[in-house]
Amino acid sequence: MNTTKTRPLSRHNGRLSRRIAIFILAAAVLAIAPYVVYPVFLMKALCFALFACAFNLLIGYGGLLSFGHAAFFGSAAYLCGYAARDLGLTPELSVLVGTVGAGLLGYVIGAIAIRRHGIYFAMVTLALAQMVYFFAVQAPLTGGENGMQGIPRGFLFGIIDLNNTMAMYAFVVAVFLIGLAVLHRAVESPFGQTLKAIRDNENRAISLGYDSNRYKHLAFVLSAAIAGLAGATKALVFQLASLTDVHWTMSGEVVLMTLIGGLGTTLGPVVGAIIIVAMQTYLAESGSWVTAIQGATFIVCVLMFREGIVGAVWKLRANERLPEPRE
Amino acid sequence: MTTILGIPMQALLGQILIGLINGAFYALLSLGLAIIFGLLNIINFAHGALYMLGAFAAWLLLNYLGVNYWGALILSPFIVGVLAVAMERYMLRRIYKLDHIYGLLLTFGTALLIEGVFRNQFGVSGLAYPIPAQLQGVQNLGFIFLPNYRAWVLVASLFICFATWFLIEKTRLGSYLRAATENPKLVQAFGINVPLMITLTYAFGVALAALAGVMAAPIYQVSPVMGSNIIIVVFAVVVIGGMGSILGAIVSGFGLGLIEGLTKVFYPEASSTVIFVVMAIVLLVKPTGLFGRAE
Repeated sequence: MNTTKTRPLSRHNGRLSRRIAIFILAAAVLAIAPYVVYPVFLMKALCFALFACAFNLLIGYGGLLSFGHAAFFGSAAYLCGYAARDLGLTPELSVLVGTVGAGLLGYVIGAIAIRRHGIYFAMVTLALAQMVYFFAVQAPLTGGENGMQGIPRGFLFGIIDLNNTMAMYAFVVAVFLIGLAVLHRAVESPFGQTLKAIRDNENRAISLGYDSNRYKHLAFVLSAAIAGLAGATKALVFQLASLTDVHWTMSGEVVLMTLIGGLGTTLGPVVGAIIIVAMQTYLAESGSWVTAIQGATFIVCVLMFREGIVGAVWKLRANERLPEPRE
Repeated sequence: MTTILGIPMQALLGQILIGLINGAFYALLSLGLAIIFGLLNIINFAHGALYMLGAFAAWLLLNYLGVNYWGALILSPFIVGVLAVAMERYMLRRIYKLDHIYGLLLTFGTALLIEGVFRNQFGVSGLAYPIPAQLQGVQNLGFIFLPNYRAWVLVASLFICFATWFLIEKTRLGSYLRAATENPKLVQAFGINVPLMITLTYAFGVALAALAGVMAAPIYQVSPVMGSNIIIVVFAVVVIGGMGSILGAIVSGFGLGLIEGLTKVFYPEASSTVIFVVMAIVLLVKPTGLFGRAE
């Protein structure tokens, strides 16, 4: 029965029902979680999970390692803070301002960065992000070393008070799900398929008539905008946007999250983000050891655990069943 | 007093000097990066951390073992070079067959680890390293006061750059190295121990970084974050120059240091970002870099 002709279809149905099951499970976990775990921790984890997912779009589906994603995360945090605090916009509009701003920044940085490949791309994004960092250090708007403090959470749509932790949590969950849905839609669309084709063999994709730079640029903008969405939301949660958000260590952190969870897997960045945020929270007393521990984690992951947690689980399950083709 | 475009001559020359000094360190570091990249195909993200390690080795040697500057100039690159051999043997060697980005990630992790450990031990505030007695004092050149130590750094780094260029482009050893960069398998078939050569090349590139670290110690403060501050700028320098040639790394290192210095005079606000702006412009005009070959 399992002929090559019917298999893709049945697999697709299987994946669909599994996906619905996962979605229901995730919704249940998200609903119960704030009664079990400290809500601020959850909100932070969700923001970083979305950030990591945005980063993963580039590395996992575009094969582009960006070492400058903090630029989008951080600048969106500043823009959102500016809109909410100084312009007095409602939170949803402030987040939108941050997201669009990060997307525009992504348009400019992406246009320059996609001119190089591989490790050069990583170096170029890192350098351009550092430029954004220096801009944030000097600009009067950002508050320099002190950061932009006292960002009001405000009233969602002018009605719902986000100073209520549960309301804020619900807002973050909604943002997270919307962000994930957009990314998921992009990956599953013909656009996402073309992106994968370019990742696997760029010259062949070009010879088939695809303008690979345009696709990569679009993916970059999308990734930057979603990273901005995460950063803007984070600014509302903590009511703070600071230089940490735009620093290169933040770019490194998001790489680590995705690497631990599994590069190019759908759930990997989420798992990785939760682990790293948990690590930071519980290691907070040990102060500067966090950097050293993160460095050691990087080394261990690259040397022995390249597929990441979700990748490893996937491989185990794949070994139990029929081997399915997957990159 | 003479002025150029409304800037006092003294200030202008002073900034040019500072620019050239910075450029010397950019050149030494990007030189090491280029050599390592040529043979190992790895962008050594740990280069900044190893430069910092070189400076710290000099500081520790002085304060705990009483080894002076001149001793540190030899010992510190050697110590850090031995560490590099271990890094290459036990870490980098395992990932040569993988995508190049893993090399970047691995060395990035190493950089974080080294920086984290030192930050924990020494804090982020810098430690002073005295200028050696022989190089204290200032020369009055008539139009500018030139501190002896800075003159030494300029001369020494130019000499090291030239020596490295000579070693790679003009000697038999260098020709093996260039051949192995082109086609390692064939060179190995000719009976040359390529894995050993790779190890020593990595150690040499890293030793250059450590040497730069020792020379930088009396000028900048010895601090755990000195490496990460400079490495990103050096990456931009490498992107601008392209990794193709040794000479390219040297020229773009000094050139960009100079541009940075001049920006400090004419438009100080942009001095920390000017190199990145130059990088963006170069990428738009000539994506392979000024001296680079097509990928």
